[in-house]
Amino acid sequence: MLDDFVTRALIAGIGVALVAGPLGCFIVWRRMAFFGATMSHAALLGVSLAFLLNINVTLGIAVACVVTAGVLLSLTRLKVVPIDTLLGLLAHASLALGLVAISFQETLRIDLLSLLFGDILSVSRGDLGWILGGGAAALAALALIWRPLLSATVHEELAQVEGVRVRLVQAAFVLIMAVVVAIAMKIVGLLLIISMLLIPPAVARRFATTPEIMAAVAALVGVLSVFGGIEASLAWDTPAGPSIVTAATALFAASLPLAGVIWHRVLRKPAHLDPPHGHAHPHSHHHHH
Amino acid sequence: MNVALHHRAERHEVLVKAHGLTKHYGGQAVLDGVDLTLKRGELTTLIGPNGAGKTTLLRLLLGLEKPSAGAISAATGLRIGYVPQPMHVDESLPITVRRFLSLGGASRDAIAETLRDVGASHVLNAPLQSISGGEMRRVLLARALLRQPDLLVLDEPTAGVDLNGQAELYELIDTMRHARHCGVLMVSHDLHVVMAATDHVVCLNHHVCCSGTPDLVTEHPEYIALFGVKAAQTHAVYTHTHDHAHDVSGEVVPLAKDGS
Repeated sequence: MLDDFVTRALIAGIGVALVAGPLGCFIVWRRMAFFGATMSHAALLGVSLAFLLNINVTLGIAVACVVTAGVLLSLTRLKVVPIDTLLGLLAHASLALGLVAISFQETLRIDLLSLLFGDILSVSRGDLGWILGGGAAALAALALIWRPLLSATVHEELAQVEGVRVRLVQAAFVLIMAVVVAIAMKIVGLLLIISMLLIPPAVARRFATTPEIMAAVAALVGVLSVFGGIEASLAWDTPAGPSIVTAATALFAASLPLAGVIWHRVLRKPAHLDPPHGHAHPHSHHHHH
Repeated sequence: MNVALHHRAERHEVLVKAHGLTKHYGGQAVLDGVDLTLKRGELTTLIGPNGAGKTTLLRLLLGLEKPSAGAISAATGLRIGYVPQPMHVDESLPITVRRFLSLGGASRDAIAETLRDVGASHVLNAPLQSISGGEMRRVLLARALLRQPDLLVLDEPTAGVDLNGQAELYELIDTMRHARHCGVLMVSHDLHVVMAATDHVVCLNHHVCCSGTPDLVTEHPEYIALFGVKAAQTHAVYTHTHDHAHDVSGEVVPLAKDGS
C-alpha cells in the first residue's frame, strides 16, 4: 500500500494536518502568526545547516527553529526594537542567510522550489516515519500542556499566581511549534507552512463553542484540505503544496458569513422578480390615502 | 467546609510579612524600604498617587517579580486568590465563563456555587468576551475564591465601574472576607469608599507615607499633602442610601431589611 506515492502523500498530509490544526489554534489565540512565519523562514537555514553538517534535514530544521525562537525571545526581553520589526528582521535575515549558505554548496544541488513550496508527492517511507513520529509526539506534548497553556493564554499572570509554570509551558509550546514546522516543510514548504497553521483554525472558529471543538474542527478542515489539494493536483497537474493551501482557503471563503448571504441570494428567486420590500417604507404610502 | 476553616484558622494570624521591600527599575527606586503585614480577616487597602509603586508592590507580593532588596515571608501553605484587572481575551478563543472558571482546577458544582455567591449565575454559559465590565469583576472574584484562598489580592477591583456598581462590589468583597474568613489586600483609587470600608490603610508613595486605621491616616500630614484637604474630609461624607437597589442584571429589587 505504501508503494503508491499518492497514498504516502495522503498519509503524510493527514499526519501534519492533525497536529497543525490544534497547534494553529493556539497560534491564532495567542496572536503569534508572525512568530510562526518567522520560525518557518528559519527552516531554510536549518536545511543548509543540515547539509553542511551532514545530519538529518528534519532534525536540522527543528534545531534552527528552536535557536531562532530562543534568539527572538531573548531579543524581545531586551526591548531594543518593536517586536514586529524584530520578527520581520529575523524572518528575512534567516531566509537570506539560508539562501546564501545553500549557494556555497556547489556540489549539492538542492531543489529550492521544493523547499519553498513543498514536495508532498515525493514523500518517501523514511519521510513518512519522521512525519508520523514527529506529529504524534508533537500532538501528545500539546495534549499534555493543553490546560496550563490555555490558562496562560487567557491570563498569563493569573495562571502564574495559580501555580502554572508559565515560562516552562511557553518554552514547550515553542518547541512543539519547531517540530511541526520541521515536519510540515516537506508537505507545503516553508513559505506555506504558516497557512496550514492559520487557515484551518480560522475556518473552525465559527463552528466552535469550546477550545477543544475548535481544535478538532481545525484538524478536520486540515485533513479535508489535504484530500482536496492532492486530488486537484492529480486532476489538473497543479503543484500539490499550493493546491492544499488553495483548498483550505476555499473552505475559509465558504465559511465566511458573507458566503452565507451569497448562498442565500443564489438559491432565492432572481432579484428582478422580487416584490418591493413591504417594510422598506411602511408609512409613506399610507400618508397619501 | 468553611465552618471547619473558621475553627482551624487563628483569627488574626499573620499571612504575609514584608520587610524593607525595594524595587529598582533602571536605577530608579519604585519601591523603597516598604514594610507591610497582612493578617487573616483584615481588609488592607493600598492607596497612593499614580506611579507610586502600588502595582509593583502587588506584583512582588504575588511572586510575579523579585524584589531588588528586602524579604517577604508568607505563612506556610498560604493560598493566594488573585483578582487582576479585566483582561482582553481574543475573540478567536471560544471560551465560556464556566470554562474560564474551570481553568483554575475547580469542579462543576463548586463553580456554579461560587458564581452564585458573587451574584453572577446568569453568565455561567455566556462567552467570556460577551459579559460586561462589572460581571467580569465578579467572575474574576469567583475564580479567585474557587482556590479557597487565605489571602485575596485585588488590583483596583472597581476601576471603570459606575458608582452604584462600585459600592456593590466593595460590599461583596467585604461579605466574602467574612464568609471565607480570609485576609484581603486591595489597590484602590476610590478614597471615599476605602475610608468607609477598610480596617487598615497603607498610603504609598514609593515608601510608606503612613498607615493605620482610616481615621488615623486621613489626619496624617503626608496623606493630606498627597490627596489634599478635601480628600481628608470625604471619609466622613460617604454614606450610601437608596430606597431600592439593582441586582446584577440591572433589575430594581427592594432593599433587604437587615441590610445584608
